[in-house]
Amino acid sequence: MASDPDLAESPATPFHKAGTHKQTSVYVYEAPVRIWHWVNALAILVLCVTGYFIGKPLPSFTAQEATYQFFFGYLRFVHFAAGMVLTVGFFGRLYWAFVGNHHARQLFSFPFWSRHFWVEVWFEIRWYLFMVKEPKKYEGHNPLAQLAMFFFITVATVFMIVTGFALYAEGQGTDHWMYKAFGWVIPLAGNSLDVHMLHRMGMWAMVVFVIVHIYVAVREDIMSRQSIISTMISGHRTFKDDRPD
Amino acid sequence: MPDTPNDRIETFYEVMRAQGISRRSFMKYCTLTATALGLGPAFVPKIAHAMETKPRTPVIWLHGLECTCCSESFIRSGHPLAKDVILSMISLDYDELLMAPSGEAAQAVLEETIAKYKGNYILAVEGNPPLNEDGMFCISGGKPFVDKLKRVAKDAKAIIAWGACASYGCVQAASPNPTQATPIHKVITDKPIIKVPGCPPIAEVMTGVITYMVTFDRMPALDRQGRPLMFYSQRIHDKCYRRPHFDAGQFVENWDDEGARKGYCLYKVGCKGPTTYNACSTVRWNEGVSFPIQAGHGCIGCSEDGFWDQGSFYDRVTDITQFGVEANADRVGLAAVGVVGGAVAAHAALSALKRAQQKAVGQSNAAKAAKEEA
Repeated sequence: MASDPDLAESPATPFHKAGTHKQTSVYVYEAPVRIWHWVNALAILVLCVTGYFIGKPLPSFTAQEATYQFFFGYLRFVHFAAGMVLTVGFFGRLYWAFVGNHHARQLFSFPFWSRHFWVEVWFEIRWYLFMVKEPKKYEGHNPLAQLAMFFFITVATVFMIVTGFALYAEGQGTDHWMYKAFGWVIPLAGNSLDVHMLHRMGMWAMVVFVIVHIYVAVREDIMSRQSIISTMISGHRTFKDDRPD
Repeated sequence: MPDTPNDRIETFYEVMRAQGISRRSFMKYCTLTATALGLGPAFVPKIAHAMETKPRTPVIWLHGLECTCCSESFIRSGHPLAKDVILSMISLDYDELLMAPSGEAAQAVLEETIAKYKGNYILAVEGNPPLNEDGMFCISGGKPFVDKLKRVAKDAKAIIAWGACASYGCVQAASPNPTQATPIHKVITDKPIIKVPGCPPIAEVMTGVITYMVTFDRMPALDRQGRPLMFYSQRIHDKCYRRPHFDAGQFVENWDDEGARKGYCLYKVGCKGPTTYNACSTVRWNEGVSFPIQAGHGCIGCSEDGFWDQGSFYDRVTDITQFGVEANADRVGLAAVGVVGGAVAAHAALSALKRAQQKAVGQSNAAKAAKEEA
């Protein structure tokens, strides 16, 4: 078997390709990353469901007088609590990007100026368009996935945190430190109703991402040359063949 | 003021005495004011001294592109009565609506007031200037209103922007805003401006703002958008008497349902209370008689920026005008989910087909190889 000349001259690619040597598995996602992933997934699910019904409430039910019934209040509480979990998780994940392994940093940046990166993005696009027979092997995210993660998770989460806290701060009152910290969002958007609308659009963007994310994870688990779903549980990436790239 | 010496403007004290208020009552008033402000007894003579020596504040009240609903509201103030504000607290020297003279006599008063109280008068603006076609959509005194506004604003101490028109633009600035009606703060940029939004603002809020400014001779504390915090720091929702029904999840679904009869929360029929900063649910209207939600209709958010362009008054998830056609966040979102979901399903089917095809080719190749070996 002749060695690939390409690989010989590019020892360290920015997106962590599996090497030519025989290997059964690589430890990719450390425990904090995995725990964050699943906590974040649960928080997003709870936020989307409760958020949808805060904007468009369920039909009224009138078991008791209003004094004794707090259904909508609890629904909003669950939304806010999940939002706090998401926010704390986001900062925890950001911290781990600094202290964790190099895969933990992929979520927060991508090599925008690297031509090679965009070539590989184009390769992945062709793979999803059925124009390439065999996909490449990646230890971490493939470049297209990294791009999607950056915009739909990192950027979108920051957007949802900022707009979400601006709306939450309104309830805390204009004297509250949270209003001083996030109140500027409201006049920037126009008025509070605009912020509500943008926050809801953000939710739909998240929903779209979740659909694509789950589909692609399942598809890649079956059709790619590496493990996907189990990697986010065990942390280990296993490869299905020993061929290079 | 013809009967005051030297043609100077009267002080608060002189006006109060002229209205039959005794010295004793005046001192009581000063004491109460000091107490209300949390000041010690030593401040009573200071307040009294200020009231005895400070002249009344001259006010010029201009009307631009507007409907006069602000003035209509103002003259209905109960606490304080509008007459007390106009006759004893301020010196309303020029107001096209309320003044007796008209034509050149009125213009003369305006010029005289500007000249006499240069840099000391308050300019109150109702409505806004349209800037399109050099301002010809609103002519006042034979000239574009925008010119008059700039001229009077130049020597004003501070500006009060009455109502949604002056504060944000209101209906005449609603998309597509053909006359290019523009709120005051975008035309006058070098003066302190206090916004008192609402369509119209609550009467007691209007007189309350004036009372504060003449009593303390300074602007009240404002929020980020320039609104006085004492009236605009809380949402209608925060003090709404129907709030327990909101928290309970009990909503009016239709205007004629059981919930409407029981006075449930109007959130689902589009109430903008949760996104509107105003004092309606505390101060109420017409001397505290009622306010829209109490009358059974949701708040339309009239004191918020761009409230005419926020879609229907009867929706919470509002229309997005940027898409040209009527659309709202949920419709756009659901359409995106539908398209992406469909694409995913189609992609999955194609992927499965491709994989089956590859498997078949692989098997036939393997079979061929086995045959050749044999």
